[in-house]
Amino acid sequence: MIRSIIIDDEPLARSIVKEYLQDQKEIEVLQECNDGFEGVKAIMQHKPHLIFLDIQMPKINGFEMLELLDEKPSVIFTTAFDEYAIKAFEAHAVDYLLKPFTKERFEKALEKFFGQAPVQKKNTEELLQSVTHLPSQSERIVVKTAGKIKIIPIPEILYLEAADDYVKIHTKEGAFLKNKTMGFFENSLPQDQFVRIHRSYILNVQEITRIDPYEKENHLAILRSGARIPVSKNGYGKLKKVLGL
Amino acid sequence: MATSPLTTIQFKLAFAAWWLCWGVLHAFVMNWFGFAWNVAIWESVINNLLLAGCALLVTITLQFYIPQKNRYGYILGLCSVLAILWLFLSRSLLMLVLKEASDYERFFSQSVPIRFAIGFLIIGCMALISVLWYTINDQREIEKRKEEADKLSRDAELFKLRQQLQPHFLFNSLNSINALIGSQPQKARNMIQQLSDFLRGTLKKEDHQWISLEEELQHLQLYLEIEKVRFGHRLSTLITNETSGMKLPAMLLQPVVENAIKFGLYDTVGDITISIDAKKGDGSLVLQVQNPFDPETSSPRKGTGFGLSSVQRRLYLLFARNDLLKTEINEQLFTTTIKIPQQK
Repeated sequence: MIRSIIIDDEPLARSIVKEYLQDQKEIEVLQECNDGFEGVKAIMQHKPHLIFLDIQMPKINGFEMLELLDEKPSVIFTTAFDEYAIKAFEAHAVDYLLKPFTKERFEKALEKFFGQAPVQKKNTEELLQSVTHLPSQSERIVVKTAGKIKIIPIPEILYLEAADDYVKIHTKEGAFLKNKTMGFFENSLPQDQFVRIHRSYILNVQEITRIDPYEKENHLAILRSGARIPVSKNGYGKLKKVLGL
Repeated sequence: MATSPLTTIQFKLAFAAWWLCWGVLHAFVMNWFGFAWNVAIWESVINNLLLAGCALLVTITLQFYIPQKNRYGYILGLCSVLAILWLFLSRSLLMLVLKEASDYERFFSQSVPIRFAIGFLIIGCMALISVLWYTINDQREIEKRKEEADKLSRDAELFKLRQQLQPHFLFNSLNSINALIGSQPQKARNMIQQLSDFLRGTLKKEDHQWISLEEELQHLQLYLEIEKVRFGHRLSTLITNETSGMKLPAMLLQPVVENAIKFGLYDTVGDITISIDAKKGDGSLVLQVQNPFDPETSSPRKGTGFGLSSVQRRLYLLFARNDLLKTEINEQLFTTTIKIPQQK
């Protein structure tokens, strides 16, 4: 039996998925969720094989929800999202259904799921790396800390630090880990505000109080919080450009 | 400022070639009049170098300044002055170089009118070419700018159309209708009707029109009813209107209500109320829209907060005032107030 969960903030949107699933004897719906928070809880509890996921939802959106999961299920997106945005994840999701969709289209998506389930996990990872242009993602980052979900507004980030496979996000309230790459953040954070000043550091330029020379061609950025962050020669060039020096 | 014709390589080549031919011809004519070759060549080189310099001077001058009024008078004057200057300079230089040549001074004095005419003609030709060049360049520049402006306004038009149709809202509503068709066909029919009426109303609206408040509220009621179907019992609305006969510009209240729906309904969980309240004050229509928001996920920023800057901009364009839109945050309630001065 395939275990599934439906995550959508509109009751009627969930009911149409349920209706289409009635003929599918091998798929059971374990739970329906209203938003991303509920979704994370339900997925961790039930460990479903397949989820039907809307993108725009209260609390956190579908992509942010997926990012928080260590073990990602296969995903069929159900969304009214504009088509151009969908191009980004066309290659990676099991399938995406543009609302409104027909039963035939829905069944085709299920066929795809049955056909390619084993490779799905990797695809979902790739998908999340490729999606950088959702509006909410330019305003905040969602992290999980001690079982709780924390939403960090972008301006509150002091700096980012590479930490093995993770990125450590430093804020006034402490540091949080996120399993993305430095490259991802370098590209997705606002370029006039965040600068990759070092292989292992991205800095919020508004936090800088001064920059001191340090050994040969390197510098040290001193932040308002008192933190001292190394600036490489290359990074110093970028920093000067953003600060207009 | 237009680019000078001197920046193109073809022009430079043509210019140089022409002066070379002209100079050679000049020397031959002098020789034919009976002057020795060295006198003829000196005369040609000095005269023509100076004249070419004057021609360049006129091009450069016209690049920086062509008067709007009486431009041909200005060009004539400029050419005359330059031609006289040229005559004076070439005479002084030639007398210095060729002071031994007999008869030369007399010849120069006799030919002054002819020399002036030739100088004036050549400088004048150069001036005309330059003016033509700069005018054509300017014209091209203007056309390019106009094209860009046209493109911008077309893009804006398209963007507006897309905004008006709100594809996200439309497709989600259609999806709800799709779900209703199976379970509650009568409700589905109802919703199709509401959606059609709402879209028709939106398409009918023109930005510059003024419409009655009653009409606008009726239109928004349709929108809110559709959202109620989509989100079940989560949404309740409270619309109060204490005014009568008041008017407002089209497409002004709708974005405010859409904004309230976005932050109050799409981005929240649980039951919520959105209220629209219309009052009269100081000869103005005062509209107040209230919505709750989720402080955990969306923090209304300073300034106009949320996405109301386009409403602010429209109010400014309509009334040249920046104080007509106000927002307020009270606990978890976001209040938008717009004041609309009534037309006499």
